[in-house]
Amino acid sequence: MRKELGTFALLVVLCVVLAILNPVFIDAANLQNLARLIGIYGIFSIGLGLVIITGGIDLSVGSVFALLGVLLSIFLVEWHLPAAVAVLAVVGITTFLGLVNGFLITRVKIQPFIVTLCGLLFYRGLARFIASDETKGFGAASGFETLQSLATGSLFGVPTPFIILVAISIVMWVVLHRSVYGRYLFAVGRNEIAARYSGINSNVVIASAYVVCGMLAGVAGVLLAFYTNSVSPSSHGNFYELYGIAAAVLGGCSLRGGEGSIVGILIGTALLQVLQNLVNLLGIPSSLNFAVMGAVILLGVLADQLLRQRQAAQIAR
Amino acid sequence: MEPLLEMRQISKRFPGVIALDHVDLTVFPGEVVALAGENGAGKSTLMKILGGVYLPEDGAIFVDGNETHIRSVSDAASNGIGFVHQELNVLDNLTVAENVFLGREPRQLGVLIDRKKLNSDTEIYLKRLGLDLPGRRPLRELSIAQQQMVEIAKALSLNARIVIMDEPTSSLTLTETDRLLEVIKDLRSQGVSVIYISHRLGEIKQIADRVIVLRDGKNAGTLDHDEINHDGIVKLMVGRDLERFQKPPSSDTKETFAEIIDLRTRRYPSSSISFDVRKGEILGFAGLVGAGRSEAAQAIFGVDTPVSARISLDGQLVDIRTARDAIKNGIYLVPEDRRTAGLIVEIPIRENITLPALKRYSSNGLVSKSRESKTAAEMCKKLNVKAPSPETKAANLSGGNQQKVVLAKWLSLDPKLMIFDEPTRGIDVGAKAEIYELMRDLAASGVAIMMISSEMEEILSESDRIAVMHEGKIAGIVDRADASEEKIMQLAVGQSSGAEARA
Repeated sequence: MRKELGTFALLVVLCVVLAILNPVFIDAANLQNLARLIGIYGIFSIGLGLVIITGGIDLSVGSVFALLGVLLSIFLVEWHLPAAVAVLAVVGITTFLGLVNGFLITRVKIQPFIVTLCGLLFYRGLARFIASDETKGFGAASGFETLQSLATGSLFGVPTPFIILVAISIVMWVVLHRSVYGRYLFAVGRNEIAARYSGINSNVVIASAYVVCGMLAGVAGVLLAFYTNSVSPSSHGNFYELYGIAAAVLGGCSLRGGEGSIVGILIGTALLQVLQNLVNLLGIPSSLNFAVMGAVILLGVLADQLLRQRQAAQIAR
Repeated sequence: MEPLLEMRQISKRFPGVIALDHVDLTVFPGEVVALAGENGAGKSTLMKILGGVYLPEDGAIFVDGNETHIRSVSDAASNGIGFVHQELNVLDNLTVAENVFLGREPRQLGVLIDRKKLNSDTEIYLKRLGLDLPGRRPLRELSIAQQQMVEIAKALSLNARIVIMDEPTSSLTLTETDRLLEVIKDLRSQGVSVIYISHRLGEIKQIADRVIVLRDGKNAGTLDHDEINHDGIVKLMVGRDLERFQKPPSSDTKETFAEIIDLRTRRYPSSSISFDVRKGEILGFAGLVGAGRSEAAQAIFGVDTPVSARISLDGQLVDIRTARDAIKNGIYLVPEDRRTAGLIVEIPIRENITLPALKRYSSNGLVSKSRESKTAAEMCKKLNVKAPSPETKAANLSGGNQQKVVLAKWLSLDPKLMIFDEPTRGIDVGAKAEIYELMRDLAASGVAIMMISSEMEEILSESDRIAVMHEGKIAGIVDRADASEEKIMQLAVGQSSGAEARA
């Protein structure tokens, strides 16, 4: 809880400073757009958080977004599939890709980093090949306006992706922090051997985290595709897995596994988006975008480390 | 004779505890001093102060009669103090010689390692320890005992005049232990002093010139060589006479519970073992380390897939492929390594206890913390786990209390066959007695028990029958009445009937 508090404090300070420096920050339009992005990023960050809690990593999320975007455009615009079918198909595919990751990691025993690095390369290449390296779009969205409005619309002024995120967060909070499955997830992440000696089927638990990650990436990917409304297969979703990992780590997940919380991941996601917004609003050259983000993440982790060392020193004394 | 080392009135405080309260320790040149005491008595803290890991709050250290400040590990080394830790500090991706001279490699042209000198210098130190090994041998090819010798060689190469050995025999076989004790005697005759920490009173008796006993961070007393005996040390350690556990006579007519038929483990695929365990008996498993006892236990518990196995419980054949299957059938394992396999040390006692049967504490897939807490508190009380609360992390408990939490995990269920692998390794005398009593109570309630142990004393005093393993096979099963140390050792080293006939 203390870890989340630190990041939350940082988020609040950042928001206040930003609001003072540029009042545009608290304009309804800006806040709405911010909430929409937090919604999309939050959904897949939760999936990545789950994987990280098992002590694993998923680097393929960004490439999966590109593949999904290309397929979704083909399904809807070229094949004219019903919107529901198209969405179920692409989310089904990403869920299946998660299962493939889980299988390779738990059964074939290849390290998660390697498996998903190969995924990162493979799916990106596949997306570019399927699209003949051309940008795919959704045009005027004739026939699937409802679907598009899930990404671009609002309910009582609240962007729908944010509402979807809230719903998913509540479900995942219960799953992670209250359910038997959640307890197993943390146990396996902490010490897989001891978990196995306690009768937990650690392979199934770990693989399931990749499946959930794939599914949430699918949901976020659909929203993202409509948010950008055009999918350029070589750049769509680039680095997105890193935003997710950064959000999870800022929110208190340990890459060693066994640590993390839904609330933390949400705060981490919001922090990253506010930072992005800050770069735009303060007129910082957008070329510095990544540098600012990298610096702030490092500072956040550094502050946490120092705080911990001080506590440890106090205990030792 | 002037003492080589004197620690005077050393005190050290940790939050909430006084770890050391004006402790004295003196070591003379060429003397083996054993340091005894229960876990938490302050032995490790005292040695860490001597080794430069901790700073004392009070007191002084004299080397050769001169007051010396030891502020770091390198200060300790430059004062001739070498430390061989319980967990070996060797790098298994390097060679023997590279380990011995790590950070002090002899050089050529200032930058290149002089391999010839590195290896030959190392071999000199190894020879002093009676070890004939090339320095270029990769460390990973060495046995644990040999790796330990490498650590001792490293201490000697630093011109150590005092070598601290913390539980050096805890993972050695009996023969390896004897070898180590011989090496210590050699070191003594070469004028090197040894501070020897061990829970094994037999070894202390064999090797020590003097025993210094600590209790609750204070000096409890010192015994000179002639006065060293088992009861004397235990009395100083626990501060009272320990009542020796009286075993109830075991009845001969016990029903068979588990039959293990043609079990072949992956480590010894060509050795088939068969045995049965009866309800209410403790079947001891003796043998040298590496005889295949743990592998057999892991196969029965389903965590290591055997090459072949048939297991029947109460005459019914059961299929055990995973630990889940074993647990469903009431077969539980208390593993050898409780910190990596027995417990998840970073989580609270409560979560550890409820982990194997979490579904019992949940409804609709959601865990009820209050139900967990109730059981955890009951089990802690029943097993006398010394912890502030069931929410304490397992990492913060002593070895004995951790082992009790592992037991609590299984006793909160319904054990039918309990397998204990080295149940009292690294556990102090008081907690040991409690664990024996628990085992005995379990047996009395009809549970079948397998107990793997490398401590001869434990095997002889706790088992109803003793299965002795040698290189993956059961060399013999001995009844309690006929068991003796010699007989078990003969079977363990593979001198079966032939040797007996000669004897």
